[in-house]
Amino acid sequence: MVVTESAQVTGAVSAAQAVPMTKPAGTRNAVRAAGLVVAVLVLLAVLVLSVGLGARQLSVGEVWHGLFGDHSAASTVVREMRLPRTLLGLLVGAALGVAGGVMQALTRNPLADPGLLGINAGASAAVATATGLLGMAAFESYVWFALAGAAAVSVLVYVVGGGRGATPARLTLAGAALNAALFSYVSAMMLLDSGSLEKMRFWTVGSLASAPAATVVAMLPFVATGLVLALALARSLNALALGDDSARALGVRPAGVRVAAMVAVTLLCGAATAACGPIVFVGLMVPHLVRALTGPDLRWLLPYCAVLAPVLLLGADVLGRVLGRPGELQVGIVTAVLGGPFFLYFARRARIARMART
Amino acid sequence: MSVVRLPGDRSVRFHPRTLAVGTGCALLALAVGVLTIGDGDYPMSPAEVLRTIAGGGTAAQDFIVNELRLPRVVTALLVGAALALAGALFQSLVRNPLGSPDILGFTQGAATGALVVVVAGGGSLALAGGAVLGGTVTGLAIYALAWRNGVHGQRLVLIGIGTAAILTGVNGYLLTRAQLMEAARAVLWLTGSLDGRGWDDALPLLAAMAVLVPVVLLGCGRALHMIEMGDDLASGLGVRVERVRLTLLAAAVLLASLAAAAAGPVAFVALTAPQVARRLTEAPGPNLLASMCTGAGLLVAADWAAQRLFGGHQLPVGVITGVLGGGYLVWLLAVERRAGRI
Repeated sequence: MVVTESAQVTGAVSAAQAVPMTKPAGTRNAVRAAGLVVAVLVLLAVLVLSVGLGARQLSVGEVWHGLFGDHSAASTVVREMRLPRTLLGLLVGAALGVAGGVMQALTRNPLADPGLLGINAGASAAVATATGLLGMAAFESYVWFALAGAAAVSVLVYVVGGGRGATPARLTLAGAALNAALFSYVSAMMLLDSGSLEKMRFWTVGSLASAPAATVVAMLPFVATGLVLALALARSLNALALGDDSARALGVRPAGVRVAAMVAVTLLCGAATAACGPIVFVGLMVPHLVRALTGPDLRWLLPYCAVLAPVLLLGADVLGRVLGRPGELQVGIVTAVLGGPFFLYFARRARIARMART
Repeated sequence: MSVVRLPGDRSVRFHPRTLAVGTGCALLALAVGVLTIGDGDYPMSPAEVLRTIAGGGTAAQDFIVNELRLPRVVTALLVGAALALAGALFQSLVRNPLGSPDILGFTQGAATGALVVVVAGGGSLALAGGAVLGGTVTGLAIYALAWRNGVHGQRLVLIGIGTAAILTGVNGYLLTRAQLMEAARAVLWLTGSLDGRGWDDALPLLAAMAVLVPVVLLGCGRALHMIEMGDDLASGLGVRVERVRLTLLAAAVLLASLAAAAAGPVAFVALTAPQVARRLTEAPGPNLLASMCTGAGLLVAADWAAQRLFGGHQLPVGVITGVLGGGYLVWLLAVERRAGRI
């Protein structure tokens, strides 16, 4: 067993370093920085698209006038509906993408995702308790419940899966079981009170549609703190990937870094889930796609995730608006249906199957 | 392990403790069932209940027992047994105590089938049919996706979880498409409920189990014991591993889907019953019969608790099993982690 475990760890590390490191460091960083600029430009394009597309189409000029011009029909649509929604997508996407990247580094598990491992479900269960039993309706009051729920589950998942013996399949299975338990609790809450059913059945799918501007403002501090904390930890998490002993030799305290990383994940996932419901697969897909671009260095991987995850989430949201016309498909459904095949492809790949088999 | 020698060079091997636990759980399940039948707005003593079932009660008693309360208890017993058997098979095939149909996507598939019927406005018979169809199609899809020179347990787990996540998204979408009344009915079904179950819910499940249970227990039970020791060893001992695995998976998917059709996807019975049975019997191997008896007892007892424990408020049985199962799951995760199996 000991042999297979160390084989897994080396397998994970060597897989993470699959991108060859042949170019000199200066050129590589220049390429990465240029890539990040391109990614930001793509994000800006998707932001404009998200403000412009929907039940009422707006041209780029109308979007511009809606944002900065006088009062008109277009400016009402843009300022009251599309802009809060787009900003919410931006924050939630960045939060989930970075949380996924941190979790994959922390658990050394390529299949870690805040949705799959039950952290979003923990926040959901806490929000269901707050809205169903305690009658809370405002984001500012139940966000604390969401954070507590996310914290409880992330500690639990870490205790179960943080050990050296946890294979990807086993950790994922433990997360799926937790997910099932928490969602059966959420559906029990919905069943006891048809008023909360009416609200919750849209929320549990994961939707950006109903967010008022106040929610965006209220979640900003949580997400900003989480993002800053995660980016600040990138260097220490890099050291931790070499193993605890090497990390200590490099001046990093493993226990402290792990606790801080879990605080960051909790802040990001709890706030994102409280704002728009549980969304799966964003935190799984984006770090993997980004790793192909940047390599395993978290100092580059996490910023890329923060920029490209909103591209994916807002893209899914726009797709849901276009496909579901005249209504719309909730973004959680689009990410589940788009991300699921990605996960299946990934699970079928030989390397993961081999890792799972040991 | 005890052996009874029969005339003509035959022998039967059995595990005395397993036999005792199985019998005990079965008797307990029946006893709780009789108590549940006697309990209600028209209370009856256990003796009266038994006499009425045997055909010796008054007309009123006969109606209350045989038409109203007995079908519900029989459905509970059968659904519990079917889910537990399906769970025991899955846990043995994927070699993980957490591998149960509600986690690996099969139950979600049944729910998708049922929700499509609800959104289309179909009746309860069509709903049951939709559940069976959805579960079977999902089972086939997962098997096909997990196939690569044979189906390996861990790949089945990952594919199943991915499928479950996709289908959860689809189910949520279907739920948002339904009218509020239908959505409430769908959520009730999704939680798992035994309210108002009659003979036409119990009998199809009974017929299916009459075929499937002998196939599983007598036809594949020994082969499953061998497969638990590893594929190579099993095929060395003459077991056709892939064929047995396909048969057992098909049986388990059918059992889980039919149970879902009868009572909805009752959470966590399939997960907990085999584990409880394993701890009671302390026997190696899949413990199929003991799991069935435990599952039946578990669901009947949970249904009684859901009806009686909350004063005038009757809850669907799935809420009780969900909450019990969730607590049990956390404990199981802790124990399995300490033992290094997760």
